[in-house]
Amino acid sequence: MQLEYFLLLAAALFCIGIYGLITSRNAVRVLMSIELMLNAVNLNLVGFSNYLDPGNIRGQVFTVFVITVAAAEAAVGLAIVLAIYRNRNTIDMEQFNLLKW
Amino acid sequence: MNLAEGVQIVSFGILGSMMIGTALGVVLLPKIVHSAFLLAGVFVSISGLYILLNADFVAAAQILVYVGAVNVLILFAIMLVNKQENYVQLPGRLLRKVATAVVCFGLFALLGTMVLATPWSLDTTSPAVITNTTITLGEHFFSDYLLPFELASVLLLMAMVGAIILARRDLIPEAMTTKDAITTSLTLPERPRELASISGESDGQE
Repeated sequence: MQLEYFLLLAAALFCIGIYGLITSRNAVRVLMSIELMLNAVNLNLVGFSNYLDPGNIRGQVFTVFVITVAAAEAAVGLAIVLAIYRNRNTIDMEQFNLLKW
Repeated sequence: MNLAEGVQIVSFGILGSMMIGTALGVVLLPKIVHSAFLLAGVFVSISGLYILLNADFVAAAQILVYVGAVNVLILFAIMLVNKQENYVQLPGRLLRKVATAVVCFGLFALLGTMVLATPWSLDTTSPAVITNTTITLGEHFFSDYLLPFELASVLLLMAMVGAIILARRDLIPEAMTTKDAITTSLTLPERPRELASISGESDGQE
């Protein structure tokens, strides 16, 4: 097994996440795309930690921090989606233009 | 990892194709509930890849946090905002999708050439020098990464309080003065939910 396989897989997952982030109209799906991108970053970190730094695994430490921040982000993001749905009665991303101009 | 090379290749292929397939399903499927369940597939596949990379504690944390907490939270959010919504067609939306796909393929090509062209300074020591990754991670957390570790706990507390404040129904001050509802010391003042709108939308899917 080589490092490049995992890096290519993580790059593919990141690009899928970006595509979903930009083209989705459902706000919950946008949050799921953000989770995909964070997971791609985690896969990169663990791959580097295993192949470039197997002695003291610092990449896994950062992976745990990223998982923590992702959990907090999911909680706050879904609460924001609920608040917007309660006020605007929609979850269409195209209609969230409160701060547009 | 003491698996044979062929076993590693085969399991990497299975896990990688499963991950890419379920991720495409998350992004492309029309129903949001199917996307949420396929997201669990993505998380489980990534956990398997972590085990291939000798990261057993992170794999367990991935299952616990993502599949057990984040995915359930997303399913709850879908349940709370389920509403049949017919999105109005916007002009130029197909063009936007095509342009985004082209940009994403370009980004993937860029990242791929970067990954393949860079001479990585691989560490030649065996990955099995660490017998227990959990002990090593704990030593890192409580010695040289102590401040980020404590900050992460504070961040989780802030996120919890913020999510409760954001998701709570807004209180109306004038309604609170007239209303004589039963309030104990444990109930927060909240606006009563509209029963008619809930019963009218409960048949909607997605």
